[in-house]
Amino acid sequence: MKLLVPVKRVVDFNIKVRVKSDHSGVETTGVKMSMNPFDEIAVEEAIRLKEKGFATEIIVVSAGVAQCTETLRTALAMGADRGVLIETDVALEPLAVAKLLKAIVEREQPGLVILGKQAIDDDMNATGQMLAALLGWPQATFASAIAVAGDRLEVTREIDGGLETLSLSLPAIVTADLRLNEPRYASLPNIMKARKKTIETVTPAALGVDPAPRLIVESVAEPPERKAGVKVSSVAELVQKLKTEAKVI
Amino acid sequence: MAILVLLDHEAGLIKQPSRSAIAAGAQLGEVHALLAGHELAAAAAAAARIQGVAKVLVADQALLAHPIAEPLADLLISLAPGYTHILAASTSVGKSVIPRAAALLDAQSISDVSAVLGSDRFVRPIYAGNALATVRSLDPIKLLTIRAASFDPAPAEGGSATIEAVTPSAPSARAASFVSQAVAHSDRPELAAARVVISGGRGMGSAANFALLEPVADALRAAIGASRAAVDSGYAPNDFQVGQTGKVVAPELYIAVGISGAIQHLAGMKDSKFIVAINKDPDAPIFVVADYGLVADLFAALPELKSELERA
Repeated sequence: MKLLVPVKRVVDFNIKVRVKSDHSGVETTGVKMSMNPFDEIAVEEAIRLKEKGFATEIIVVSAGVAQCTETLRTALAMGADRGVLIETDVALEPLAVAKLLKAIVEREQPGLVILGKQAIDDDMNATGQMLAALLGWPQATFASAIAVAGDRLEVTREIDGGLETLSLSLPAIVTADLRLNEPRYASLPNIMKARKKTIETVTPAALGVDPAPRLIVESVAEPPERKAGVKVSSVAELVQKLKTEAKVI
Repeated sequence: MAILVLLDHEAGLIKQPSRSAIAAGAQLGEVHALLAGHELAAAAAAAARIQGVAKVLVADQALLAHPIAEPLADLLISLAPGYTHILAASTSVGKSVIPRAAALLDAQSISDVSAVLGSDRFVRPIYAGNALATVRSLDPIKLLTIRAASFDPAPAEGGSATIEAVTPSAPSARAASFVSQAVAHSDRPELAAARVVISGGRGMGSAANFALLEPVADALRAAIGASRAAVDSGYAPNDFQVGQTGKVVAPELYIAVGISGAIQHLAGMKDSKFIVAINKDPDAPIFVVADYGLVADLFAALPELKSELERA
C-alpha cells in the first residue's frame, strides 16, 4: 500500500514572528524555514507503518514555492521514498491545497493519507478534513495513536476532555496530533541518500486546479500588549491584591 | 436568511463554548441552533432556553449518537441552503466538522474566529496568536469555528426558542465508526470554561508534586491546567494542556505555577483577565504577561497560598 504525506514549509517554530510594518503579513524574508512540526510527525508515522510492513511506499507532497523542495528533501532524508512538488507562487489556502492533493491522490491511489493536524503559520487546521470531504473518505483528526486492525485502522484521537477511538475503512485520512510519536532526526547517510531520491515537479494548472484564494487578508496586526504588572513580595500580599485590587477571589 | 450554529452537547447539557458560538452568531443575524445526536429531549430543552436562539433544529438519529464528522458534515450541507453562515465552537467536534462541510460546499472555512467585524469580515489569530489577521471572505456561504474565549457566552437561561425536528439525509460518504471513548470525569470545572485556572509547568518536578496544585484548586474552585512541558514530562494528562496546541483559555484568574512562559503556552492563556505567575526564576518570560508576579519557591508558596486563601 502507498502512503501519501503532505508537508508544508513554514517559519521555524523557534522563531518569534514579526508583523510587517505595512500590516500585509508577517516577515518571512531572511527567516529560517522548516517543515511544519505536525507534518514531521505525520512523516514519522508513515515511516513506522512502512517499517511494520503495512506500507510499501511513502510519497511526500508539498505545494508552494520552489524552496519547498528543501522541505521534501527533509522528509526524504527521514525515510520517505519520493517527492512531488506542486509549484506555485500563489499563497495557498487549505481548500486549494486539498484540491491539489485530491488530484495527486487520484493519480497515486494511496491507501492512507496522513497529514499534520494544522500548520503552525496560518493555524487553520482544515486541510485534512477538506481532503477527506473532497475524496468522500472517512477521517480521523488529532490522532495520538494509529493501530492496524486487519483491513481497518483504529485511530485514537485527542478530543476535549480525553480520548476517543474510531475505526476507519481504507482508504482514509488521518491527521496527526503532537503525541502521535516523536519524529526521528535524519542521519547523515540518509541525508546523502535523499539527494538521489526523485522529486517530480507539477503545476496547479497541470492538475486542473484553480488555486485562487477565497479569503482576502485585509491586514495583519500585532496582538494588543498586556500592560506590565507588578511583583509582589509574599503570598499574603498576592492574596490581598487578588481580593481588593483585582477582586477575582 | 439566518445563522446556523452547531452545538456541542453532553448528557443533556449544552457545552459552554457553544454558547460563545451562539453569541458570535447573534452578531451576524437570527440564530438557529442545531443539535445532532440521539435521545436529545433534555439537550433540546436546554438549547431552547439559551438567550439569542430563535429556533432549535433537532436531528435525532442513532447514527448520530457519537459526534462523527462525516454524518455531521452531511447534515450541515443538507441544511446549508437556508443559511448565510454556519458556525460551531472551536472544539474537537467543530474543528473536525466545519472544514469538512466547507469543502463539500466549495467554501474556505475560517478557523478560530476571535472577532466578527461584519457579515464577511472576521479576525483570527495566526502564528500561535503572535499576530491577528483580518480576513474578508469571498464565498457566498461562510463557515466559521469560533474561539470561545473571545466571546462572552450567551446566557443559558431566558430564551424560549421553538424546537423543530430535522431529518438527516442518507450518508454520502464512508464514515468512521465509533469504538470507544475515555473521558476523564472530575468534580472540577471544565478547563475551557472555568472562571479560575491554576496550571503547573516543568517546575513542578514530578507527577506526585503536580498534585500539590489540587488543594489550591479546591480552595479556588479552579480547573487545573498544565504547560506542554509538564504534559510531555508525564506530570499531567494530555487534556490538561493549555497552549496553542492544547486548550485556549481566558478565565478571570489564571495562576501559572512553575511555568517559564514559552510562546506556545502564552498563546493559550494570555487573554485571561488577571494572570498570576509564581516562579523562582525572576527572569522567566511568564512575568512579562503577569499582572501579579511572585518570585518564590513553589513548594513553599503553594501550601502558603492554600492557607491564605482559606483564611481570606
